[in-house]
Amino acid sequence: MKMFLVALSLCFSTSLYAATQIQVKGSDTEVNVVQMLAEKYMAKNKGVSISVTGGGSGTGIAALFNKTGDLANSSREMKPEEIKQANAAGMQPMRVIFATDALSVIVNESNPLKQLTIEQIGKLFKGEIKNWKEIGGNDEAISLYGRQSNSGTFTFFREYVVKADYSPEMKGMNGNSQITEAVAHDKGGVGYVGVAYAVDNKTKKPAKGIKILSVAKVSGEKPVNPLDEKSVTTGKYPISRPLYQYFVKSEPGLIGFLKYEVSPEGKKLIMSEGFYEIKSEWKAENDKILK
Amino acid sequence: MAEVKEKIIEIFFTLCGLMAVVVLVGIFSLLVKEGFPALKTIGFSGFFNGDLWRPDAFGKPTYGLWPAIEGTLVTTAIAMCISIPLGVGTSVYLAYLAGNRTREILKPVFELLASIPSVVIGFLGLVATGPLIAKLTGRSNGLNALNGGILLCLMSLPTIISVSEDALQALPRDFWRGSLALGATRFRTVMKVMIPAAKGGIFAAVMLGMGRAVGETMTVLMATGNVGSFPSGILSSVKTLTATIASELGEVPFGSEHYHALFVVGAALFIFTFIINLAGELVIGRKR
Repeated sequence: MKMFLVALSLCFSTSLYAATQIQVKGSDTEVNVVQMLAEKYMAKNKGVSISVTGGGSGTGIAALFNKTGDLANSSREMKPEEIKQANAAGMQPMRVIFATDALSVIVNESNPLKQLTIEQIGKLFKGEIKNWKEIGGNDEAISLYGRQSNSGTFTFFREYVVKADYSPEMKGMNGNSQITEAVAHDKGGVGYVGVAYAVDNKTKKPAKGIKILSVAKVSGEKPVNPLDEKSVTTGKYPISRPLYQYFVKSEPGLIGFLKYEVSPEGKKLIMSEGFYEIKSEWKAENDKILK
Repeated sequence: MAEVKEKIIEIFFTLCGLMAVVVLVGIFSLLVKEGFPALKTIGFSGFFNGDLWRPDAFGKPTYGLWPAIEGTLVTTAIAMCISIPLGVGTSVYLAYLAGNRTREILKPVFELLASIPSVVIGFLGLVATGPLIAKLTGRSNGLNALNGGILLCLMSLPTIISVSEDALQALPRDFWRGSLALGATRFRTVMKVMIPAAKGGIFAAVMLGMGRAVGETMTVLMATGNVGSFPSGILSSVKTLTATIASELGEVPFGSEHYHALFVVGAALFIFTFIINLAGELVIGRKR
């Protein structure tokens, strides 16, 4: 009898373990760092299988609702209409914030500019400034690089920096790295990417061919660079943003992974990818959800 | 018994034949059905009078189709301007000038060109032809209609070469010999006798190649810059119909106005390629 019980519990536990499969979808900004976290977590927890794909924040959230994903990476907050859609389907989205991203404004390395104000960046992307010489650069036409509309970065940057429609002349690129690549080849180029895509992870310097501009909230204030960790985590850098992960079912396997992400070890991995630590109030929020 | 078997086999092949028609009608009615809600709320005028495609606007979204239609037309036109002379020239070379061995090596090579994945060609546009165009034109970047057109030319060339070479080969050899015997040079023979005689097949080749160019997605998505406003020339960035759907459909909230609007884009594209392919097929049919 005893043997039988042991065997039964063994069966139960292994089948439970093998059943842990997590589909993570969404933000292109988050895909690399979450992929890495998943690999490290899977190496430690046999029987858990996590697959991570990109496509944009909107894709991830849509996948959550269509039940084709368990966890949605999102670099923006869920929109009210999305929450309404979820509630209508009987789902209550929950979220954790696992990293801070400093959205970086990048230009070609040949560009002599070092800093811009939020207002200037807004004007650039609205298309009101057409030539770099208008804001103290070379006599070079400006070419704008942005993201496709499903991107959380696209939405965040519009809400907080541009505060209007992007210039219709902005080129829509598929993913952060395409923007970095394009700006590195374009003397007049300017784009916005998550900080992890603007730096070379080994050297912690700007990626080849580009320059990361310092940003000032208003003119006269001291501009800060997104590579300065302290300014980002204390909120001095004006366009930093939380990186979210949304889910609707708190299954133990999923919660285990999320707990790993916000653990000290997870934090270290996140920072090695170029992102930053989260604010303490977000930590408290995470603890409430993950307890 | 044998008769029943005959009958069954006959029905089977008839069903196979009908299948294509059913699928075609099915796809088109799906596009219309899914696009209809958008046509109702946005209206034909919203699609065809607006001059900006901005479904993700900060304020009121606009759904102007013309910039994307023009983007598709411009890139396709550039592709055709290069690939028609190049493709027909190559097929003349293969049909009349190349030796047997050369032809046997070259023809499969051209057909292999068709098997390069479009995403690879798009990448080529991003890192090779784009920067080259930027350098030659003195602009800061080369992600524009010209870049897309050059790459699309690469993709439609195999079809054009293959089909028009077949058309030239199908001509009686006597045309060639007769013309030479009358004292015409080889160049004159090709230009005045062979090409006019095979013009139906060559036209069909061009149409099929154009159909390929219009429907191509990944390459233009990566190489043309995707700008939703009216192109002002071959050096401005454009967004094609296909790229619009590809970059937005995966992400759009299911059932929203934007979602349905993308099906209208799909229907427009379908009609576009349908007409082109139909024209090609009709001409091939007439020739036979």
